[in-house]
Amino acid sequence: MYRSQHLALKYFTAAMILFGLMIVAGLLASTSYVLDGFLLNKLDFSVTKMLHIDTMIIWLLMGFIGSVYWFVPIEFERETVGIRLAEVLFWIFCAAVAVVAAVFIFVQYGRSTEMSLWFINQGRKYVEAPRWAAIGITLVVVVFIYNVVGTAIKARRITGIMGVLMVDLIPLFGLYLIAFPSMTNMSEDQYWWWWLVHLWVEATWEILIGCIMALALMQLLGASRRVVETWLYIEVGLVLGTGILGLGHHYFWIGTPSYWLGIGGFFSALEPLPLLGMVVHAIYDAGAHRMKTTNRPAFFWVLAEAFGNFIGGGVFGFMMTLPQINLFTHGTQWTVSHGHFAFWGAYACGVLAVIYLALQKSRSAQQLDGAAWKWSFALLNIGILGMVGALLVSGIAQAFYERAMGGSTLQAYMQGQTNVWFVQGIVMRLVFGLVFAAGYVVLMYDLLTTGKKRVTAEVLQPRVAGGPA
Amino acid sequence: MYAEDPAFWRAGAISSTLVMLIVLAFLTVDSLATIRPGGTNVPHYTVINKEIRYEFDSEANRYRPVIGADQPLFGRVYSPEEAEKAMRLGKLVIQSRNCMNCHTFFGNGAYYAPDLTKAWLDPAWQQLWMPMTQAASREEAIATFLMYRRNSLRGAGRCPTFGSRAKKPRRWWRISNGWRRWRPTASRFISATSRPTIR
Repeated sequence: MYRSQHLALKYFTAAMILFGLMIVAGLLASTSYVLDGFLLNKLDFSVTKMLHIDTMIIWLLMGFIGSVYWFVPIEFERETVGIRLAEVLFWIFCAAVAVVAAVFIFVQYGRSTEMSLWFINQGRKYVEAPRWAAIGITLVVVVFIYNVVGTAIKARRITGIMGVLMVDLIPLFGLYLIAFPSMTNMSEDQYWWWWLVHLWVEATWEILIGCIMALALMQLLGASRRVVETWLYIEVGLVLGTGILGLGHHYFWIGTPSYWLGIGGFFSALEPLPLLGMVVHAIYDAGAHRMKTTNRPAFFWVLAEAFGNFIGGGVFGFMMTLPQINLFTHGTQWTVSHGHFAFWGAYACGVLAVIYLALQKSRSAQQLDGAAWKWSFALLNIGILGMVGALLVSGIAQAFYERAMGGSTLQAYMQGQTNVWFVQGIVMRLVFGLVFAAGYVVLMYDLLTTGKKRVTAEVLQPRVAGGPA
Repeated sequence: MYAEDPAFWRAGAISSTLVMLIVLAFLTVDSLATIRPGGTNVPHYTVINKEIRYEFDSEANRYRPVIGADQPLFGRVYSPEEAEKAMRLGKLVIQSRNCMNCHTFFGNGAYYAPDLTKAWLDPAWQQLWMPMTQAASREEAIATFLMYRRNSLRGAGRCPTFGSRAKKPRRWWRISNGWRRWRPTASRFISATSRPTIR
């Protein structure tokens, strides 16, 4: 194994720890919904919710970075350039995350000065990390780019997938610079903020996970490079062809000109297409190889990624994206439902698949299988589907009673919040959150133990799905 | 066949991306001109000196904010510089107190607490909170409401007090003693909010 791959495992470990913290923060935040005044003025909803979304962003980012450090030496058949610097930066990254989390938990709020934005909290949703930490994240991304591009130059070769990946690292870095300014005018502030959030999550990250999944499919199923690359280009063309102007669905109600209603609605209606393409691709590859694999957990997480991305991101996103519908659904629990499903399906499942792939290789296991991964797979997916469904019920009640009937006044808001369907959905979200947390515990057990016991090939032969029994 | 050659699809990906980026660049230039303060869609910061109503526009078939006559905030007219400074401070309050992780602005935020985009235009200030707080103006009613929101609305107790970091907590507490005297009257208003007759 290359040093780059050992670093990848470190990133995966950190990602899984943050994944756990994300769940804890999410459970606390959802309890605040159920019990009025829960931890008020100690660990407010704003703090737990902020920790929930920020740890999510960071663990997924760590998962992506880890995945790329895993695949780079395989693609270029040499050690990653500048690996020592990357190793040092990993620890700085972890320390910075710990400091920011400690400040969020113990300091929480600052005074109304620029100093608060530099050292405590930027308070811009997703862009909460204080500016000094944002500089740190930028630094990590710069070194990451240096590692990937430097390795390609040293190896004097490039593959199609790595080419797409390298080009994609430019917006990954460039868009993050939007995290720094804070404009007084809310319309301008949100205009640029959405460049960061939308063009990261619905464009840059989609391409990044597309590359990672392409590499994973080749390692997992031995899919042909030519087919995988063709699919990747089609996906890139569709993701960026629809997603860049799909940005318009965030410009419906922030004061921007009304042509965004048409542009945003049209292009976001097309946004599910590339995600459907990924589903077709995954099924095609699975079928072409008769679902034969030595790593069933990774294989099923890849499938979960394809379907989760399409249904959670594509279908659930499209459901509320047309301006006529979005007028009533934006800013309700409906959005939360879509957000949970999309991030889980599009990104979390993909990262978990790569982690299983990496574990198989690092533990030299001929075969990964067993009962634990199935339990964790079932519990996590049932947990997320339950949360998504419950939040959708709450969101529909809110859109109907608060927005459509009540006219979005404070009075209507209060009526929406006390509506029985809304309350039931909020309670069920907590219940399924606990199911999800149970799935996480089993997942951690499986990740720590899987593939450690040597098993002989004869015993495993009949258990290969679709293989000769 | 072209379609079997990855290079064909690569060219497609690059060209579609470039076309979309160019279109986005043009639209961005156009949009930013309309949403800058004083642009066609966003009034200048001195709008805080004006009356803002929320009226039904029968042509557009929806409610729209309408800027009316002069109506100084807290009885004071702000110069353009002062207005911008006040807005900047307000934005810093919102960011440093992490408002967006409970509330929403333009429907963007955390959905745990009410959307604040047009909170200023909410009918509750005139219909409920001004008589309840016996304030002469909407801004005074809002100031009183914010200080005592925990006592004044079911659910508003979810909002942190930020008390430990308030600059002059003692003065706040003195006023809050005054609150206790008229709370019985206020609680009648609170129970009235659940009645559908009150708009």
